[in-house]
Amino acid sequence: MDLRYSEAEEKFRAELKAWLAEALPSLPPAPAASDWPARRSFDTNWQRMLHAAGYAGIDWPTDGGGRGASPVEQLIYLEELERAHAPYVGVNFVGLLHAGPTISVEGTPDQRARFLPPILRGDHVWCQGFSEPSAGSDLAALQTRAVRDGDEYVVSGSKIWTSHAEVADYCELLVRTGPKDGRHKGITWLAMEMDRPGIDFRPLQTIAGSTEFGQLFLDQVRVPVANRVGEEGDGWRVAMVTLSFERGTAFVGEVIQSMELLHSLRELARRSGAWDAPDTRRRLGALGAKLDALWALARRNVSSAARTGVPGIGGSVYKLALSEARQELAELGMDLAGRSGLSWDELDGLDGSGSLGNAEIVNTWVHSLSRTIAAGTSQIQRNIIAERILGLPKG
Amino acid sequence: MDFELSEEEVALGESVRALCAARFPLEALQQAASLTAARPAGRVEGGGSSSTFDRKGWAALASSGVFALQVPEADEGVGLGMAPATVVFEELGRALVPGPLVSTHLAAREASAAFSGADEGKVVVGSIGRPPASGPEALPPLIVGHLANLDVLAVVSDGGIEVVEPSSLQASQIERSLDPLTPMWRVDQLPAGESIGDSNAAARWRRDESVLVAALLVGLAARCVEMAVQYAKEREQFGRPIGSFQAVKHICADMLVRAETARVAVQAAALTVDQPDVGDAERAAAGAALLSAEAAQANAKACIQVHGGMGFTWEVPVHLYLMRARVLAESLGPRGALAELVADRY
Repeated sequence: MDLRYSEAEEKFRAELKAWLAEALPSLPPAPAASDWPARRSFDTNWQRMLHAAGYAGIDWPTDGGGRGASPVEQLIYLEELERAHAPYVGVNFVGLLHAGPTISVEGTPDQRARFLPPILRGDHVWCQGFSEPSAGSDLAALQTRAVRDGDEYVVSGSKIWTSHAEVADYCELLVRTGPKDGRHKGITWLAMEMDRPGIDFRPLQTIAGSTEFGQLFLDQVRVPVANRVGEEGDGWRVAMVTLSFERGTAFVGEVIQSMELLHSLRELARRSGAWDAPDTRRRLGALGAKLDALWALARRNVSSAARTGVPGIGGSVYKLALSEARQELAELGMDLAGRSGLSWDELDGLDGSGSLGNAEIVNTWVHSLSRTIAAGTSQIQRNIIAERILGLPKG
Repeated sequence: MDFELSEEEVALGESVRALCAARFPLEALQQAASLTAARPAGRVEGGGSSSTFDRKGWAALASSGVFALQVPEADEGVGLGMAPATVVFEELGRALVPGPLVSTHLAAREASAAFSGADEGKVVVGSIGRPPASGPEALPPLIVGHLANLDVLAVVSDGGIEVVEPSSLQASQIERSLDPLTPMWRVDQLPAGESIGDSNAAARWRRDESVLVAALLVGLAARCVEMAVQYAKEREQFGRPIGSFQAVKHICADMLVRAETARVAVQAAALTVDQPDVGDAERAAAGAALLSAEAAQANAKACIQVHGGMGFTWEVPVHLYLMRARVLAESLGPRGALAELVADRY
């Protein structure tokens, strides 16, 4: 075991930090959260900057146009971007972290050449069409139908929790091509152009008042067979390639951000006097110990991936523990904010330094509730841990 | 950066596991526990041996390098650091090996002549914290474990480390110690001893003690996961294994999460002691202590729950893990103090 970084790894970090120090001040101001066209423009501009600097697709293989960085370099990349408060991956999430890696592993040479470079350059934005109103945790129950008609599939059905759909160019879509009750068999993975006729989108407002996802309605949408990734009926396996990735390194930045937030809450407590109560200090410390351990677990998972080449099962343990720690952190924030936490709007007086306002605390608190639901609920994570790691029998 | 165990570390852990299986089989420990619990009331004279302490087993641990692990090679030790030591101590914890393992191990790496022979297992070293002059920690009782088998007692305080001759203590054995495999003595008065280390040595001792105790606790926590999972696979109710029910699955999954997060916390803390440029060793050690105490105690309780009524019986050995976890957690000091230490340095 060794937590020290090699000379080459430190060089990678130093170059990245130097680039970030130069690049970040040139960014335009962040757009309003509800202005999706402006957010697309901001996020894709950032992606173009990363691409020009050679950091686009940090984890993608070089023959897919990525940087082909080692797992440890990816960890450094995610850590330093978070510490420098660089923009979040945003509307490029599905392209860079889901669809792109899937196509780079499962796509034909032609599909790789067609789909991958525009994702890396920030030209194409992708959204995800996996979950359905009746297929949430039970994804294999999905019913959106695709019927072959010559060189095209004709797709009808509905998808939900589709983020960034109103600004997306493509949708990674899971459809049923086999029998209705075929479960994992008979599912196919398609890349659907979002400008096709028959696509309707209804945004869903979250409890935070934002419209970051919604429901897609598909009425006889025609998707070329050339856009099918993997064989017909093999889409479940293709999709699992993506999801195992999501549970690997996708949440590394979040633990760094949580540690920084805890530090800010500590400073807030010291200024407000809450620090004088042993209970406050103990909650802060207990949470700090958990977050430190999760940062260690992230490094363990990355080291494991570096040896075996795959993200590994540790991702579920990490995702479950981080989601719950995140909620605890958010709750502590609200307790420290006190009455200021009763307002979504920024109020004066919470924090003399202005570095952490009540609006951020409230937003963190409300959003923390989605952590134990999105990307596999905590209950599903526990099932995965129990069945796939501990080997307990399926119910 | 490679935070996976090296081949040597894996081999070290496996060799200690094999040694423990041969020298400290669970059945023998269960039998020893039953004998102690059934032992009639009465004082045990200092120097006598109890059935919970196995000198031959102790010598076997010594010859495998358990105590000399951190002694420099120039002094005929193994010359390893804290990180491999946590691998060894996790195995000792998993096997419920009784005895003052951590204090003897720490004493062996001190240069003092008072501890000479600790590395070879010839001198058994216990430890006790000298209570402060005031505050809740100043209140009696003073408790020391395994007194009858100690050759030297290290007294650790803010000011430094002293050594005391165990037979010079006025102490009475507690008839029924919480952990039947950790016999306890109530010390009436702690005499002044010979000073062998300054305040820095004491601070280092305490920090490393908490990391190694935490490693023992991780071993307990991990073993409890295995026992619960094994039972959940075998025990059938309603015509199927209870492990197929989500209510039971989720208990087991949470146990694994606690054990895994505590393990990486302990290993990261040990590496931070060995490689001070990677972080704050004091904060890491306190955090590891906090998480491992929680993991071992919560997992032992969850393991009893998964075992149902049988888990509450003496014949199923899970209670031994619960009691050992409590004894070890107590030696780390109050949880609140550990958490405050982390908060102070965050």
